[in-house]
Amino acid sequence: MSDRIFGGIGLLLAIFFAWQASVIQESFLSDVVGPKVFPYIIAAVMAASCLYFLLKPDPEPSWPRAGRLAEIALAALVMIAYALALPEVGFVAATAVASGYLTWRLGSKPLQSVVIGVCTSAGIYVIFRMVLGLSLARGPWGF
Amino acid sequence: MELMSDLAGGFAVALTWQNIGLALLGCFLGTVMGALPGLGPSNGVAILIPLAFTLGLGATPSLILLTSVYYGAMYGGRISSILLNIPGDEPAMMTCLDGYPMAQAGRAGEALALSGIASFVGAFFATWGLVLLAPQLVKVALLFGPAEYFALFTLAFATLGGIASNNQAKAAFAAALGLALAMVGVDTQTGVPRFTFGEVHLYDGIDFLVAIVGLFALSEVFVFLEHRGTDKDISQKPPTKVGRIIPSWALVKSCIPTMGRTTVLGFIAGVLPGAGASLGSFISYSMEKKMVDPKGETFGKGDPRGVAAPEAGNNAAAGGALVPMLALGVPGSGTTAVLLAVLLALNITPGPLLFTQNPDVVWGLIAALFIGNFMLLAMNIPLVGLFTRVLLVPPRILMPVVAMVSFVGIYGISGSSFDLMVMVGFGVLGWVLRKLDVPLVPVILGTLLGNEMEVNLRRAVNISDGDYWVLLGSPLAIGLWIIAFTGFVLPILVGGVVRRKMRGTSEGVGD
Repeated sequence: MSDRIFGGIGLLLAIFFAWQASVIQESFLSDVVGPKVFPYIIAAVMAASCLYFLLKPDPEPSWPRAGRLAEIALAALVMIAYALALPEVGFVAATAVASGYLTWRLGSKPLQSVVIGVCTSAGIYVIFRMVLGLSLARGPWGF
Repeated sequence: MELMSDLAGGFAVALTWQNIGLALLGCFLGTVMGALPGLGPSNGVAILIPLAFTLGLGATPSLILLTSVYYGAMYGGRISSILLNIPGDEPAMMTCLDGYPMAQAGRAGEALALSGIASFVGAFFATWGLVLLAPQLVKVALLFGPAEYFALFTLAFATLGGIASNNQAKAAFAAALGLALAMVGVDTQTGVPRFTFGEVHLYDGIDFLVAIVGLFALSEVFVFLEHRGTDKDISQKPPTKVGRIIPSWALVKSCIPTMGRTTVLGFIAGVLPGAGASLGSFISYSMEKKMVDPKGETFGKGDPRGVAAPEAGNNAAAGGALVPMLALGVPGSGTTAVLLAVLLALNITPGPLLFTQNPDVVWGLIAALFIGNFMLLAMNIPLVGLFTRVLLVPPRILMPVVAMVSFVGIYGISGSSFDLMVMVGFGVLGWVLRKLDVPLVPVILGTLLGNEMEVNLRRAVNISDGDYWVLLGSPLAIGLWIIAFTGFVLPILVGGVVRRKMRGTSEGVGD
């Protein structure tokens, strides 16, 4: 079933891609082939392989239970929040919170997680900012 | 000899203090990454590319650093295979078969040292193979026109799934997805924007580094989140005691013929498209078993030759895989695809012209590989105890560090939150695709080669004034199409047999 759903989504994606290719504004200076042909070929390959998934799906993969799925979604959200927070609060604070969260969810005890988060953040800051001189995001406190 | 003077020139480039230091650092990091389950050569190199880039290293030093990581990871993969019965990376799977039984018999140190020597032999002679074979291939590649290149790219995609590929439709889908991603951005030939949805961030296209780090490194974090606390969780297993680390000369001597044979086999497997290091070590192990132990009496129960064979084989394959990558600009395996990304990020186009235009890069790199090999041998025999301690770092601490270092690297390049969010998106996508058994390497290769492939198609057809038959216009092109077609169809016909054999041999290996 998963493969069929995947094939369906892929097919929609291929159609969408072909449609987007068809609305590309061609300039009058175009070459013989133009900017549309290769995308059409790609869309065709994609559609063909998706039809195959629909007709001959593989055995079902072992999906994690809903709780675990939520876990992964939440981790992705934390990472997105991290990306947004980085320029606002600076590297050290954002990284400490994000890596603390991740290590907690990967099985560290809560108090440990705080320590590991702070240490990870400080460690990376020391190595990459102080030793290697990379520019990391600066927050209101300058780090 | 011209070859020798080229090589000597390479050593002159590689033997600066900075480059030696980078090779040393790369070998060390590579071995660590190879040893840690969950971090293989592909994601190891992927995480480090943006860092090498933001540190402002030049082309040659970056390449030296990252290929040292590549070679180092190939060495390191065996450590956890032998001590934990968990392959540190995919090519090291075969090493579990005899390495872990040896470790259980109290001979872990010997197994580690022997496999270190076998890795050295494989990698060292494969690097010589690279020196001898790559310039020959360059001569062939200089005959290639745009039509032949288009056929060659198709060949690369068709064979990338490999002979043991599960489902060629999924490999084809992955390639199409990668190519589709490459199309996003302003068309280089006519200047019209494509698939940008008016989003200014997308006008430059999707940075392939963002895609690679997301697909390889971040998706690994999600995989660990998924398996925490289940029987696939590897953090609870204590490593075995190491024991004596210097093997007796008699032991090494008994493995010399094995290493010789498997080095040749592995190298060939590496050069051929669609094989790569995993298949190299598999072929080496099974051939060697057939040859010296046809009744299956000692192999699989801790035969030292069963440790030497796959290690020599996979390291030789790693060297062999560099041949098509450097000479043709078309990688044949996942990790070399990532190395191709390094070159492209540094604005170097690999392929035949690389050897004439940037000989210092090529030969400096090759010289660095030789130097790196000796460093790795030195690191891996006496210092192996240090690396075994690295295995004690639990994934719950390691994986957040991996994620954060990935963010640092990408943010360092662009300084934009948008790229980081795209990377998280790729991480989730990578996890879903892995669940559905869709290979990630063709996606990467598609994003890397998509534009180049399109350029060659358009150039070929433009030259012939709109005649698409030009793509089949020369014997060379027709030959490439035939190989591409065979490479795509063959796994459908014989893939099941090869897979069953691989599974049969590797039974009992924890995954």
